[in-house]
Amino acid sequence: MSVQAASLPVAAHPKKPGFRVRPSRIVVNVVLAAIAIFWLVPTIGIAIISLRPNSSFEQSGWWTVLTAPAQLTFSNYQQLFSAGFKAGGVLDSLTTSIAITVPVTILVTVISSLTAYSLVFGRWRGRTLVFLLIVAMLVLPLQMALIPVASLYKVFDNTTGLQVFGSVIGAIIFHVAFGLPFGIFLMRNFYSGIPHDLLEAGRIDGAGEWTLFRKVVMPIGIPALASLAIFQFIWVWNDLLVALIFLSGNTHQTLTLFLYGQTRALSSNYWIISTGAMISIIIPLIVFFAFQRYFVRGVLAGAVK
Amino acid sequence: MAVAVPTSDSAPAEPAGEILPATSKHAGGGGFRSHLGSLLFLAPGAVWLLLIVVYPLIATVIRSLFDASGQNFIALGNYKSIFSTTEIIVALKNNVVWVVLFPFLVTFFGLVFAVLTERIRWSTAFKTIVFMPLVFSATAAGLTWASIFFIDPHTGMVNAAIQGTANAINPPGLYPIDPASGQTVSGLAATGVQPGPSGSLESKTAVSPGSTVQLGLIAIAPTILQANGAAPAVAPTASPGAITGLVWRDFSPTHPLVRGQVFPDEDGIPGLQLALLNGSGSSVAKATTAKNGTFTFANPGSGNYHVQITANNFSAGFNGIFFLGTQTLTPTSSLSPTLQAIFSLPIVDIAMIIAYLWIWAGFAMVVIGAGLAALNREVLEAAQIDGASEWQTLRRVTVPMLAPVLVVVFVTMLINVLKIFDIILNMPAPSSQSGAATLAVNMYDDFSTATGQGLAAALAVVLFVLVIPAMLFNLKRIRG
Repeated sequence: MSVQAASLPVAAHPKKPGFRVRPSRIVVNVVLAAIAIFWLVPTIGIAIISLRPNSSFEQSGWWTVLTAPAQLTFSNYQQLFSAGFKAGGVLDSLTTSIAITVPVTILVTVISSLTAYSLVFGRWRGRTLVFLLIVAMLVLPLQMALIPVASLYKVFDNTTGLQVFGSVIGAIIFHVAFGLPFGIFLMRNFYSGIPHDLLEAGRIDGAGEWTLFRKVVMPIGIPALASLAIFQFIWVWNDLLVALIFLSGNTHQTLTLFLYGQTRALSSNYWIISTGAMISIIIPLIVFFAFQRYFVRGVLAGAVK
Repeated sequence: MAVAVPTSDSAPAEPAGEILPATSKHAGGGGFRSHLGSLLFLAPGAVWLLLIVVYPLIATVIRSLFDASGQNFIALGNYKSIFSTTEIIVALKNNVVWVVLFPFLVTFFGLVFAVLTERIRWSTAFKTIVFMPLVFSATAAGLTWASIFFIDPHTGMVNAAIQGTANAINPPGLYPIDPASGQTVSGLAATGVQPGPSGSLESKTAVSPGSTVQLGLIAIAPTILQANGAAPAVAPTASPGAITGLVWRDFSPTHPLVRGQVFPDEDGIPGLQLALLNGSGSSVAKATTAKNGTFTFANPGSGNYHVQITANNFSAGFNGIFFLGTQTLTPTSSLSPTLQAIFSLPIVDIAMIIAYLWIWAGFAMVVIGAGLAALNREVLEAAQIDGASEWQTLRRVTVPMLAPVLVVVFVTMLINVLKIFDIILNMPAPSSQSGAATLAVNMYDDFSTATGQGLAAALAVVLFVLVIPAMLFNLKRIRG
């Protein structure tokens, strides 16, 4: 710790009574600036690598753009996009990631709200037990479910002739299940703060539970729903393991699968990796900067997962 | 809002809410009018969880007691199998490395960042920068950090930085020898040259002032000679009182098999640093070869000397550390293979932990920062008024008061790295993947092989058992 302060009289710093900061302020600023640069470098590096001609990766470091910025080009992106939406290409992977992430996010938020509503405002016995079970599920390794769910899918596919294993549907079903415990946990804690009188008034006026849920509880819960949705979105978007298992054999891959597939190749492929990585983080980055507040809240609440 | 995580203005308050509902509160008139209604709300989530989480949990435990085909009950056979392989030792070792280092480090950095950001005006910008990598997938982050750690100093940033420093201290020679591709200094000797001490070359015969010496080398690429500005070799002429000579590339394309003769199409070797050794082997003079390969020791004094081509001419300099490999950081070479697997510390584990810290430090910082903001400032103030230094305040007051939040971060990260998977598939070099594997990676590998379902189930159960303490911790915390 670089903030060993000299002992100055506290009274000299009435604004921040907790800390006698002045002597160390410059040091702290310099240290944190260095850390901030360190934290930015990987992102800047991968962005620049993706913007350099693909032949130059093995010849010189990305930092050479500092002296030769003219080498920057969009050719890697053009080359990856030129394949269009063909299966296995980066645009197809982008679509596949969206096709999994969006339904999972919607399903998890809606179902979690419903379950949490029942847990908070329902009068059935065993609600506490169910909630504790859900808390226990928060940290359950999803590895515990892979094998039976895969066989379940295969049995279902064999009897119905449909294809769930190896399809986007299979991945969605699995993701929703492992998103629910956190979703229910978050929404239940939020709904617990809603005064029961609010609902009681509605009940006296003859509103049904569905109406109360839609018109009273859901609107109040929007901040929590937003946190949950963003957290869930990024969680599923970044998943590799579930995609590896439930999309195996599928020609449509998620972005993480697309990137993982490239690592097996040589470093001469790194232009695809860097460009693909940039494409894979663009949507989470937009979500992050647009909804940072909600994301931070989701993360704070997620300090259990 | 989170259970034990104190909120702050950075995370606007949601209705606080009691953790468990006081049932008495709405035992009277409140709540659903019918059980059916409330069960309809519960049904989608309950069915989903029962089918895809609860049933599989039980099924996996049962499956782990059956053989590969799933037909024959073998009790703990799968567990015996997995615990008798080296793979499990390597995986457990790597899991232990992650579990011992990562949660501690990430909590430490989170605490340091959270405390320090309270003292700067641009704390929002700092927090955003450090928090941002959390949206990276471990896949994308692993691949990004792999490029940072690439072995080639031309592409890998860390090795480039080390090379820059190393070359400033100890510059590489003009004619670097790469032992990795089988080159040796003695392999350069062609005519009148023999290997000298510690990677140098020296003249075979002794020379005295007034005579000349010709030193022929081979296996030096013409491109390197060109780059160093070589000119056609010129046979040396004797000069009274001086030792003159030539170092040249003793290979003529027109006479490829003739050694020891200076042809017009042979180049001198320029820029070589030479030392003149006296009879006792110590250096008495220095010289550098000219473009045509000639050199002169002007006035060495009478006696017999050897001309040495010093070792630094052939020093390759720093060539990069293989950060993405599994060479060990602990000395284990004298141990048995099993003990090696247990005690080796693969360098790539450290590289991956750095990358993972980059992802997660922002999480720790924000959670701990929220806890810090919720602390009672009066207590801190009182400590300082009582004369506690800033460090003492942090150490004796802030950290103890923050302990519950620190524990939450620590446990969350502990669970996270117990299951660590994605980054290990993406960051180590492909050849180092098996040495960096963890339990989750082994489980996936077994799952992917036709006969591995029973073993994979057993590994999943092992993971589950390891997570149970964290599960109990959460339950205890929430029942509070």
